Parts: sequence; C-alpha cells; structure tokens
Amino acid sequence: MNRLSVELPGLSLKTGCFGFGREYSQFYELSKLGAIMIKATTPEPRFGNPTPRVAETAAGMLNAIGLQNPGLKKVISEELPWLTQYDVPVIANIAGSKIEDYTAVAAQISQAPNVRALELNISCPNVKEGGLAFGTIPEVAKEVTKAVKAVSKVPVYVKLSPNVTDIVEMAKAVEAGGADGLTMINTLLGMRLDLRTAKPVLANRSGGLSGPAIKPVAIRMIHEVSQHVSIPIIGMGGINSCEDVIEFLYAGASAVAIGTANFSDPFICSKVIDELPELLDELGIDHLSECIGRSWR
Amino acid sequence: MIKNECMTVKSQKQIAAAIFELTLSGELVSAMDQPGQFVHLKANDQLDPLLRRPISICSINQDRKEFTMIYRADGKGTKQLSKKKVHETIDVLGPLGNGFPVEEASFGETVLLVGGGIGVPPLYELSKRLKSSGVNVIHILGFQTKQAVFYEAEFAGLGETYIATADGSYGIHGYVTDVITSLENSFTTIYSCGPTMMLRAIEKEYGADKKSLSIT
Repeated sequence: MNRLSVELPGLSLKTGCFGFGREYSQFYELSKLGAIMIKATTPEPRFGNPTPRVAETAAGMLNAIGLQNPGLKKVISEELPWLTQYDVPVIANIAGSKIEDYTAVAAQISQAPNVRALELNISCPNVKEGGLAFGTIPEVAKEVTKAVKAVSKVPVYVKLSPNVTDIVEMAKAVEAGGADGLTMINTLLGMRLDLRTAKPVLANRSGGLSGPAIKPVAIRMIHEVSQHVSIPIIGMGGINSCEDVIEFLYAGASAVAIGTANFSDPFICSKVIDELPELLDELGIDHLSECIGRSWR
Repeated sequence: MIKNECMTVKSQKQIAAAIFELTLSGELVSAMDQPGQFVHLKANDQLDPLLRRPISICSINQDRKEFTMIYRADGKGTKQLSKKKVHETIDVLGPLGNGFPVEEASFGETVLLVGGGIGVPPLYELSKRLKSSGVNVIHILGFQTKQAVFYEAEFAGLGETYIATADGSYGIHGYVTDVITSLENSFTTIYSCGPTMMLRAIEKEYGADKKSLSIT
C-alpha cells in the first residue's frame, strides 16, 4: 500500500509532497515527487528585480526576485517539454499584473500535457503593478479566479497571501469564484536594514519572508481556513522535516509543498518521502490522509 | 557528480587577518576532478544561519582523501565555521560550479595566474595542475594590506610570484593590473579570480588580444 498517496482535484499524487525546480534533477529522480510546482509564468519574459534580491534572516530568508521567468512562450516550448521526461505532474504557477495576463497564460499553459493544475499567484509581494492587490481585496480575488476558471483546462488552485487582515475572507472569496483548491501560505512581507548604510539590504527594499521562521504563521492560517472552506489546501511555509509535514496535515492541509528548505538541503524532498513512513509508524497512523485536519476534527 | 557528506575536520588554522585555512577529509573528495570549483558548507546543524556558505576549493589531495579551503571569517556563518575543531564534522555539498579550463595551456607555455583577496585560493590547485603538465606559471596576487597576505611561499614554490598591496604595506604598491603592465615576460593565457572590479580591468585590457582569458 502507498501510505503517502493523495487524491486532489486534477492531481493523483504518489506522495503528498511536492518539490521544486529543474536544477534538482541532478540530486535525485524527480519522478519520486508527488508533483512539481514550477516558478511563476507571466505572458512576457521578466528579468525580475535588481540585486541584491535575497537576504538571510534568523531561520529564514527574504526574497524579492520579482517573478523572473522566461515568459509563456519559452515555458511552453522548453521548460514544460523538458519535464515530460519525468513521470511527475506539474502545477504551473501563473502571474500577471492584470486579469487579461492571467487568462492569457492560463488558457495556453493549461493545455500542456504534463500540466495537471494551475496555481494562481495572486499574492506575490514583490511586484508593484497590482500583483498584491489581487490577493488582498476579496472581490478582486474572486473576479480573477472566475476569469481563470473560465479558460483553464485543468483545476485551479489559488495561492493565498498571509499579508491580509482576514485570510478566511480571502479563502471564501476565491472558493466562491470557483477555485478547486488553495495553496497557502505565500511569503510574509519583511525587511532588513544594513548596519553601515542604515538602508534596506534588498534593492527592492522589502521582500517576502520564507523558511522555518514562518511555519507557525502558516499552521495557524491553515488551521483556520480549513475549517471554513470545503476545497482542499496544499500547505507550505517553512516545512523542513517529516514532523513539519504531519503538523501541516494536522492543521488541515491535504498535501504539502517544500520551497526554501531545498536551498540548504537539495535532497530534502527525497528524504522526507523516504522517512515519512517511519514517522507514521511511530505515531500509529496507517495512511497520511488520516492526519488531515486532525487538530480540529 | 554532486555529493552530500558530513566530512571531518583534519586541520584548521588562521593564516592571515581573519583568513582561515581549513582541511576536511571524506569520500566526497573523489568527486573533485577540476580546479576552480567550490563547495557549499553548513555552518552548523541548526537553522541559523539557514543557508549554506559557498567556499572555493584551494587544494585537493586524492591520496589522503582531503581537500583544503581558505576563507575569510567575517559574517555569522564563516565565523562559526572558523570555530570548528579537529575531529568535528561539517556538512558539505559539492563539488559545484565549473572549474578553470586547464587544457587551455599546453607544455612549455607561460601563463599568468592573477588573484585578488579571497579570489586567490582556487588559483593554487590550478597552479599545481598547470605546473605538473609542464606549463610555466607566473602568479600575481593582490591584497588590501600586509596583514591580509597569505600563501606567498606556497605559490612561490610553483613559479615566479609577485605580491601587490593596495596600501603599499607589502610587496609592490598598487593593483595586480599595474604588475601585469610592468611584466617583461610574454604570456599566452590569463587565469583570474577575484573582485569584479579587478576582473573587469583585466578583461578590458587583455580580453581582446590574449589567446585565452579565464575569469571567475
């Protein structure tokens, strides 16, 4: 029996653990992953923000990449075909600065054979032209979700920002807009200052905080949101170990994704997948799915 | 092939102001087959600092399964690394990056190895390899000040070596580019590693007419 399998809209996953990125193929067999969530695609190529765009913090890091990507055309002609060599579903993250950007990318990228779901990025804190507005005003979030749902060939997950007063309200809005699932949380807005110049370390001034430092925030938000929506949640935010995975599932996530931890340990996804069964034994759990929402059920 | 291993500290010593020489041993050394590559070290097994530190490989000893790095301890991570003692272990990921093209220079040729500050260490393994294939190596090494100078004797053991300091407190007063200009020897290739400003100056001056210029 596969004790880690998960069934989600559009996604039949070997394991409930998602990985990240092309560079990691040199470390382990990517087919081992439940799915791969690729970096945001926008209609046109983007070079991102000026450097420095990464700054370390205690148990975390700030980034202000600014949605650097080669653009829709190249992602469809090069990146996605490259990934077809691995037996692993892709969740394509899409971004833009106006609704038409989102629908243009969604309509095309959702037709790629290995793209099984879209992740709607309405919560990038590093893009000035509107990215964050989509993720902070419930009505706007609902509208963009609806528009993308209308053109997408695959289920649509919406990535929620923690930088809001009431995340439940946002979750309900995108559920009403037709979202098939949620992914949460995106990074928390943060800033670091240089001791000598007294100015921000990041050229973009502020950035998104990720890593173990934000885990308790993610757990709290998933715990709350999962009790108020009926669509599944893919949890993320500081996951660094098997124990973290279980905690996210207890909070109410149905699956998890690992981002930042890949930077310090490129084998992390592979290790978590290998070590999870042992932890399940220790906790007396037969299947990972039994953990979902245990904290409030 | 990139590997991940907890390697053992064989020696660690301070060799100049804030500059440390660290030798580690382990199986990972067998994957190190070119000069100029680097490794990623974890400063501790906690979450702060979160990320690994990139440190260049200074020399490789396959027989003893050891490699040596020289790094400057001036941030949180490198300061923690400098406290590691013999027999302690360090989590290493590597080797990473593209090395210097040793094959650019052939037997009997004269090449320049130009390094600046913490860019000097990777040139040492490169110089050993070039020397062993019969290439005549000339080293030009630039440092800020006398207290920052390291490995002068080691480089001098392989070939002609010039030291320049920016403040004139040791060796030639000035920058590595000043030394290159004053050289009477002819050379076919330049290998260089150091601060961006230094590399730009070298590229501007010699990028067009030398047989080969490898900068990193």
